[in-house]
Formats: sequence, structure tokens, C-alpha cells
Amino acid sequence: MRKYLRSGFPTLLFLFLAVPCLSALEVPKKPDGYVTDRAGILSASAKAGLETVLRAFEEKTSNQIVVATFPSLEGSSLEDFSMRLAEAWKAGQKGRDNGIIFLIFPEDRKMRIEVGYGLEGVLPDALAGQIISGVVAPYFRKGDYSGGILAGTDAILKAAQGEFKGADPTAEWMGRRMKAFWVFFSIFFLMVFGVDFVRYHHYTFQNRLFKKRYNFWEWWGRFAILCAILSICFRVLFYVLLSSRSYGSGGGSGSFGGGFRGGGGGFGGGGASGGW
Amino acid sequence: MKKAWLIALGVIVLIALSGALVFGGAYNNLVTKEEGVNSAWAQVENVYQRRLDLVPNLVETVKGYAAHEKETLQNVVNARAKIGKMDVSSSVINDPVQLAKFQEAQTQMTSALSRLLVVAEQYPDLKASQNFLALQTQLEGTENRITVERKRFNEAAQDFNAFCRRFPNVVVAKFMGFKNKAYFQADQDAKTAPQVKF
Repeated sequence: MRKYLRSGFPTLLFLFLAVPCLSALEVPKKPDGYVTDRAGILSASAKAGLETVLRAFEEKTSNQIVVATFPSLEGSSLEDFSMRLAEAWKAGQKGRDNGIIFLIFPEDRKMRIEVGYGLEGVLPDALAGQIISGVVAPYFRKGDYSGGILAGTDAILKAAQGEFKGADPTAEWMGRRMKAFWVFFSIFFLMVFGVDFVRYHHYTFQNRLFKKRYNFWEWWGRFAILCAILSICFRVLFYVLLSSRSYGSGGGSGSFGGGFRGGGGGFGGGGASGGW
Repeated sequence: MKKAWLIALGVIVLIALSGALVFGGAYNNLVTKEEGVNSAWAQVENVYQRRLDLVPNLVETVKGYAAHEKETLQNVVNARAKIGKMDVSSSVINDPVQLAKFQEAQTQMTSALSRLLVVAEQYPDLKASQNFLALQTQLEGTENRITVERKRFNEAAQDFNAFCRRFPNVVVAKFMGFKNKAYFQADQDAKTAPQVKF
């Protein structure tokens, strides 16, 4: 029995693995970057260019535009797959819902521009449809995928421009940190003041036999100077940290593929589909 | 003796307190989830309204090129009027019958519109008109939005219903008069396989 099991188990396992995947096209858990070219239709230079442009666009406007190509839909419906992908990748900022996904399936000769809730105003379905049929499709008909995707993305960028003024993330971060810093500092200051008061009483008590001794303000003044020096040191350290952080995020472009990270934007099925 | 009474009283107070906590927690969760369903329903209404708003424009455009397709056009107008008369307040979602009626009216609209689009295929001038193309894209987009929001509504309703049926919640839900939410059913058209006639 045991022998049978031992020999049978791997076979069973193999059988399970060998069952053909009946489910529809799987959505990749994470995009490869701003451009996810699973169909391999983009030239290397076009892909790199797109990545740069889309990253710069997000930094400027906070709109997240993602391009994805897959060889074929493998039988699933375009709109359904597109929505599943949008829900998984969550392009766009949370609350602003300003993401756009440009999907291309060369074998099915189908494409779709999926527009997030927040951008439906600047990129209405009709305009998305025009971009698909008027801008991209002519390139695709000639077999020029790179050119079509570049032109299409360019048109989308033009439409989405100016919808949101992107908040500078570094400034936002700095503002938050500065506030925290001041809160922390004032609490620290009050605590020091309180402790000092106790300590001063201790000092006067110990030196009660001496005529000449510091009064409280003199005593405290020495400490205040020390605090000021310390706070300057802290602030210098803080700015050094800050600048090193922004340097790190700015300098790493190009070297890492996972540059895109969905911000949690919502999609409601806006956009347009088309073929060529 | 007195001590025993005190202990008993303490236990009772403790039970009452924990009961109130459980009750309150369940009630708050129910309210949150019901609001989720309500907002999902509001989205559904929104996208259906969006389709209704497209209809007059579409009808006018088609009329301009194919005025003698009166019957098809009239069907669309009638379907729209029928929906316009319906009560679509959020009480609809508490009653499966009402929701089914709502859905049926909307399905009529869908089929009337798709027939209109089929008819439009026969008019090359109409098909080429920019206005019609834009409207067609908008209509497609709206149908897609309807699918999405209906799915999300069903998910929210299912979440609420499942939550309602679990143990402490079911007592609270019954007591406070929370009702199960109705679902959108798969469209009848989709159930029957299309027949090809020659």
C-alpha cells in the first residue's frame, strides 16, 4: 500500500499539473514597470523612451499611465480582462483615481484604453475611441506597433495633461516631517524646562548655605544654549537625510524595472475598445 | 452572603456590558456594509442614468439619416419612457421583485438600443458620421460601465447578505430590521444561446 502510494503520488501530482489551464488569461500580479510588454512588440528603444516619458509624466502631474501588451486574450473578454487588470494594478493615486491603462493584444487585433474615474472628464470615451481608431490603428495596420503605441500614448498624455497639478511628493513629505519635528521639539523643550525646574530646586537646596549661586534664569540659560546647539545639529542632520533621500529616488531611474507602483486608483469601466 | 450578591451583580453587569459591546459592534458593521451597498447602488443608478441621457442624442442623430426606421426608434423612446416612470429609490434593492422589474426595463432598453445599432449598420452615411461614431463609443463605454457597476453592486450585496447571516449579526439584523439585498440576475438574453437562422 505504502509502496503504491509512494509510486502513485508523484504520478498523481504530475497529472494535476498536466491538466491544461482552463481558466482565462491570468492578470500578472504586478506590472513590469510603466510598460509591460508581454507580447514583445515594442522595440527596446521605444520601451525605454516610454518608461522615461511616463515616469516624468507621473512626477509632473501624478497621473499614472500604464502600457501593457499581451500576445492574445486567450478567449477571455477584452473588457473583463481589462477591468481585472485595472483592479489588480490600481494605476492612479488613491482618491484621485487618475490612472489610464493602454492594453494591446496583437494576435486578437484588439486594444483598449481603460480610463480611471478621475480622468473620465479629460479623456471621455469618445476621445479614447478617436485615439484608438484615428491615431493608433493606422500604425498598427502597417505593422508598426512601436510607432502606434508611442503615438497613442502621446495622445493620451496630451489629453490627460493639466487635469491634476501633481503635488511634489518631496515637499509633501518635508512638510509632514517638519510638523512632526516641531511637535516633537516643543514637547522636548517643555520636558527639559520642567525637569530643569526640579533640578534647579535641587541645586538651590544643595547650595542653600552659599550666598552666591545662580538664579533660575542663569541656570536655565546655560541649558538653553546647549539645546539651541543640539537643535541646529538635528536640523542639519535632517536636511542631509532629506537631500540624500531625494537624490536616491532621482538617481535610480532606468536601472530598475519595477519603477511603477500602483497608487490605488479606481476604475469604473470608462474608456474605449477597438481593433485594427 | 452580601459578597455573593455583589459577585452575582458584577457578573450580570459584565455580561450585559459585553452583550452591549457585541451588539454595538455588529450593528455598526451592518450599517457600514449597508452604506457600501447603497453607494454601489448609487453608482449603478448613475451609469444607467448616463445611458438614458445618451438616448435623445442618439435618437436624433439616427433620425437625421434614417427617419423611416420609425418602429426601432419608437421602441427606444418607449423603453426610455418606461424607465423614466420607474421608482429607483434605494428601496428597490431591498426587494428582489422590484429589482427584477427594474432590470427587465433596463434589459428592454439594452435590446432596443442594440437593434437600433443594427439598423444603423444599413446606412453608410450614418455609420460614417462623426457624431454617430462618438455616440456609439459612448454607448459602448456606458454599457461597459453598467457591467462593472452591476458586478460591484452584486459583490457589495453579497458581502452584506453573508455578513447578515452570520451568528451575532443575524440577531441584530433581525432586531434592527436590516433586510437582505437583492441581486442582479444574469440577463435572460445571455442565458439562451443565440440562434442562427438561415
